Amino acid sequence: MHIVVPIKQTPDTTAALTVDASGRISWGDAPLIVNPWDEFAIEESLRLKEKFGGKVTVITLGPESAKEALKQAVAMGCDEAILLHDPAFEGSDAVVTAAILAAAIRKLGAVDLVFMGKESVDGNSAQVPPALARRLGWPLLAYVGKIREVDPAGRTIVVERILEEGRQVVRAPLPAVLSAMQMNEPRYPSFMGIRKAARMQIQVWNAADLGLSPEQVGAAASAARWPAVFAPPRQEVQCEFIQGESPEEIARLLVDRLLAEKVL
Amino acid sequence: MDFQLSDEHRMVQQMVREFAEREIRPVIKEHDRAQKPIPWLFERMAALGLLGICIPVKYGGAGMDYISLGLACEELERVDSSLRVVMSVHVALNSLSLLQWGTEEQKRRYLVPQAKGERIAAYALTEPGAGSDAAAIRTTARRQGDVYILNGEKTWISLADLADHFLVIAKTDPEKGHRGMSAFIVERSFPGVKTGTIHGKLGVRAGNTGWIVFENTPVPVENRLGEEGEGFYIAMAALDNGRYTVAAGATGLIRACLEASVKYANERMTFGRRIGEHQLVQEMIAKMAASYEIARLLYLRAGWMKNMGMRNTRETSLAKWFATEAAVQAALDAIQIHGAYGYSDEYDVERYLRNAKGEVIYEGTSQIHTILQAEYALGYRKDRPLRCELPAYDPELWRAEPAMA
Repeated sequence: MHIVVPIKQTPDTTAALTVDASGRISWGDAPLIVNPWDEFAIEESLRLKEKFGGKVTVITLGPESAKEALKQAVAMGCDEAILLHDPAFEGSDAVVTAAILAAAIRKLGAVDLVFMGKESVDGNSAQVPPALARRLGWPLLAYVGKIREVDPAGRTIVVERILEEGRQVVRAPLPAVLSAMQMNEPRYPSFMGIRKAARMQIQVWNAADLGLSPEQVGAAASAARWPAVFAPPRQEVQCEFIQGESPEEIARLLVDRLLAEKVL
Repeated sequence: MDFQLSDEHRMVQQMVREFAEREIRPVIKEHDRAQKPIPWLFERMAALGLLGICIPVKYGGAGMDYISLGLACEELERVDSSLRVVMSVHVALNSLSLLQWGTEEQKRRYLVPQAKGERIAAYALTEPGAGSDAAAIRTTARRQGDVYILNGEKTWISLADLADHFLVIAKTDPEKGHRGMSAFIVERSFPGVKTGTIHGKLGVRAGNTGWIVFENTPVPVENRLGEEGEGFYIAMAALDNGRYTVAAGATGLIRACLEASVKYANERMTFGRRIGEHQLVQEMIAKMAASYEIARLLYLRAGWMKNMGMRNTRETSLAKWFATEAAVQAALDAIQIHGAYGYSDEYDVERYLRNAKGEVIYEGTSQIHTILQAEYALGYRKDRPLRCELPAYDPELWRAEPAMA
């Protein structure tokens, strides 16, 4: 099987985000990591490779510094890594991002599965997986919580999707686009993987390599606009200790308080 | 000159940090309180390759360099000293001694399973009556044909009750002082080996420390490490590696104090301001920040020298001395910044102090290192070449796969 995992380099989940007067978002010097949702997709893809053979290719759309995220994925066990980088890509919205990823996946040739995180922890739009599936013309299996079976020869996959109402079992033909929920415990990089990643010369594909013209990518090609960006107002949190003579009394007072606040 | 970590080093750091944060941080407090080692610790460290991090691949290791060993120790001790102690004892004091002095047969038989983490190793030099004065040990090894008969008692041995292999220093010729000492690889399964745990330690309470008794323990001649009479030099060379891991670990402990203090100083309010805005608190934070940077540079230099195959007894001693003293001060100040909360085990900083205190005692007390540094500076002490030096790090050699038999 050839599995492609599109990942994103994001600020650490503990980073403190600030928004300046002109709407620019900054996370200061917080460390950059592999989007945690993508790590689930990497882990699941590596397990599929271990079971069925083949390879896992990790790709990302981002600046030169995003090579670090790719190396992290290689250190975990991915076989190949490609950076999609071109100054013209800057400002691409989710739909254009999907178009660029789709062009890269087509260029990779025979691909059985695209597996990515359900969303990124910075953008949180969750739009790229469906947009990518549409671009490729492949079925979309979003919010996957479990892979039940894969039949590479019969070219089908059965997954459990996690929905608000419960779980949905879906069978789809391959190739398909999957987006991952928290479905496993991502492995740490191995020392052997670290050595491989450190040595690896990461390929860089630009717009021309992907057969895309400058008008098809970047801010100009994007439909999404951000008329105003601002930090949400800080929530004032007040802490109140409920005291009482016995646990029963404390519980009663707590319930009264929650009812009074219309929480219950 | 290049002060940047390589991609490889950064990834090692990141991986070990994640492991310690994700798996150890949530459980360490209860194990420290209960004075119980984490039962699955060796298994996890072995699975990650940490137990053979800087051992060549052909001897079962991960094939990384000595700087990676230091970085791993810093990250591990940032969470708890007991993790770094495993690296000091199993990797540095024991396994690196086998790499440095062992025969091919000894490496195949003992180093390989140790580097893979299938066997755990410890180092037994200290005795009830001999600590800093290592030549005063009284454990004897009497040659009888093809075996040495060991008799004596070792104490304050890290992992005494958990290890499978011990590197034991004993007197083969008690008349000859430090030239009458030899080193032996002893298996727990050998007759007459008994071990026990010491409870009630001030710190490293999640780590196992204990005693070992040898009662007419027969040790095959082929288990002697190095030549007869070379034991003192082997023991001291082992300490050059053990102290390096302590230096790196103590650096991590300083960082833990600094991170905890910065966080708290930015949250806690007094007199209408964050306490970090008070200059006397700032002084303590500034000192921690400075000592972290100094300690880090000192241990990384020692690691670089090891990579280059340069003798580093002096530099490693300095790194260990500075980092451990600074760790004690950083932990004291971290408690001071945390006030009464720091004095309780609700916060981690009290554990940092208890763990730091041991470090200015083991692997050369601060007093021993003070004297060493003075003697080097005064020209009273010179290091003579050893018969077997710790091999310089050679990436090709370290990563070569074992030849197929």
